[in-house]
Amino acid sequence: MTDFTQNYHPPRRSFGQLALRWLLFALLGLFALFYLMPLFVMVTTSLKSLEEIRTGSLVALPRDVTFEAWSTAWSGTCTGVKCEGLRPYFWNSVLMTVPAVFLATLLGAVNGYVIAQWRFKGANLIFAMMLFGCFIPFQVVLLPMARSLGILGLAGSIPGLIFVHVIYGIGFTTLFFRNYYVTIPAELTKAAKVDGAGFFRIFWSIFLPLSLPIVVVTVIWQFTNIWNDFLFGVSFSQAGTQPVTVALNNIVNSTTGVKEYNVDMAAAIIAALPTLLVYVVAGKYFIRGLTAGSVKG
Amino acid sequence: MAPILDINNLYKNYGSVEILKDINVAIEPGDFLVLVGPSGCGKSTLLNCIAGLEPITGGTLSIGGKDMTHVSPKDRDIAMVFQSYALYPTMSVAKNITFGMKVRGVDAATQESKLKEVASQLQIEQLLHRRPGQLSGGQRQRVAMGRALVRDPKLFLFDEPLSNLDAKLRVEMRSEIKKLHQNLGATMVYVTHDQIEAMTLATKIVVLKGGVVQQIGTPAEIYNRPANLFVADFMGSPAMNLIPAKASKNGSGTQIEIARDGAAPLVLTDTHAENLPQDVILGLRPEDIAEAGFRAGEDVQVAECHIDMVEPAGADTFVVSELGGKQVTARLHAETGAESGKALSLAFDLSKVSYFAPGSGERLN
Repeated sequence: MTDFTQNYHPPRRSFGQLALRWLLFALLGLFALFYLMPLFVMVTTSLKSLEEIRTGSLVALPRDVTFEAWSTAWSGTCTGVKCEGLRPYFWNSVLMTVPAVFLATLLGAVNGYVIAQWRFKGANLIFAMMLFGCFIPFQVVLLPMARSLGILGLAGSIPGLIFVHVIYGIGFTTLFFRNYYVTIPAELTKAAKVDGAGFFRIFWSIFLPLSLPIVVVTVIWQFTNIWNDFLFGVSFSQAGTQPVTVALNNIVNSTTGVKEYNVDMAAAIIAALPTLLVYVVAGKYFIRGLTAGSVKG
Repeated sequence: MAPILDINNLYKNYGSVEILKDINVAIEPGDFLVLVGPSGCGKSTLLNCIAGLEPITGGTLSIGGKDMTHVSPKDRDIAMVFQSYALYPTMSVAKNITFGMKVRGVDAATQESKLKEVASQLQIEQLLHRRPGQLSGGQRQRVAMGRALVRDPKLFLFDEPLSNLDAKLRVEMRSEIKKLHQNLGATMVYVTHDQIEAMTLATKIVVLKGGVVQQIGTPAEIYNRPANLFVADFMGSPAMNLIPAKASKNGSGTQIEIARDGAAPLVLTDTHAENLPQDVILGLRPEDIAEAGFRAGEDVQVAECHIDMVEPAGADTFVVSELGGKQVTARLHAETGAESGKALSLAFDLSKVSYFAPGSGERLN
């Protein structure tokens, strides 16, 4: 085979084009720095001692790196009267987020599969209503939801929070999966039907294996929303079942005496870490999944 | 023998739109039924109804003597090959082929032996571990066939299986399907918009238009005795010449007069046709108009015609002459001396002629 790459010369750019390119990079770099600034302050502050924070500058690097604030934030700082750090609340959040994300994703996948591939009378109407559900502000449902949770006996419990988040998540997850499955040719379902597969068999053996990109998108989306949620967390929890976001708020607001900025910063980072991790691990698929519906490859 | 597929008074509506109207078709075991028609004629819908993928609005349908009108596709004992092949993208070729057996709980040893048998039959053994995405169009087509063959069903259904292939491959696969049909003795229902595919494959053709059956018959019947103007025009390439003419009685039969621009009318005498109305449309296939002297028979009549165009096509040469205001094509042998702009004696073989009523389009003889 002939190697064409040897004879290929990229068109030479003029000085103007080159300058424009560098300007673009410089601007982008500047924005990135600007955006990362708070994170930088948070990380450096969390690694300083209180003494250093008082005397030093906000943006200075720590002189003596100490992880004391981190361990205090994790297991020693006080939220109101209790002083056991973020740890129990962090686990509350995990116990709430993982099942809620799993259930909302699974239900969204089944819903999307039905709406996209098993067309029935009123499918469009149901889909439209689910979409409508995405646009209802959280605040509107607070009271009705509190009442419902009371009737169901789930008030103030982690299962109650899971319930709320699953209900709220279904609209979005259904939308994601429906738009993804609509691009899959209907003949695939037909072929599987003729092959003898039923509703769940087709879903399990044919559609789910195709769904990795959209599952990743949905999981990231749901995980971020549910983990970061404050309003439902503060409204539908009680002492002992509060998620980490509520606990973080309590830590920051209930300090007496000297404000422990380093502990606050460490706690904030700890609370944000899981979503950051999810993005880093699955970000590659996130972009791919977002564009998967529009560009068929 | 009881028909293996029996469709009675089948109707199919989408909302208030009638897609299929009063379809009646029956085929015997071993038949190769081709549903043919232009796009939007309902042929694929009819196939989906046979498969049970679309519920039918009215009528009944039985397969293998059992009523299947309301039976789900998996219990109809059918296999189907789709236009897009519809291979399961995340499964290997082997898993694609055995999926149906796996779903039905066939034991692993039987699955394995059947897979081997079908793979060697279709020469796809070396592809078994690949994913559909790694296959060419022709290979995918084979895998799709394999998935149907491995099931050994009562009825094979094909939904335009060759339309995504390039011309050469299409002809190859066409003869392979034909071979397969002969070797297996299987019953097949095949949908296509390509009338050549229909002619070459079928033992029985159903011509559909606008959801209504136009004609059911063997390829020869459809070709030689089309039931109406639509069938006459649709089947055959180049299409049948359809020439407006005037019929009148004369002593020995019927005199057919075809008007010509700037010349005396062409007059033919048909000794077999009877009771024709005054206005008819005369249908004659291009191969039934030959150069004078090359066609003999008592119904062959010769007339001088002005040739407007000569189109050599290799094996044949087509010449075009204007008769009755229509461009009439005749299929001559390749070595003809016909020249455009000159007159040529053409032989019209009236033993093959069809007459149609201009208004209704129905066949008259």
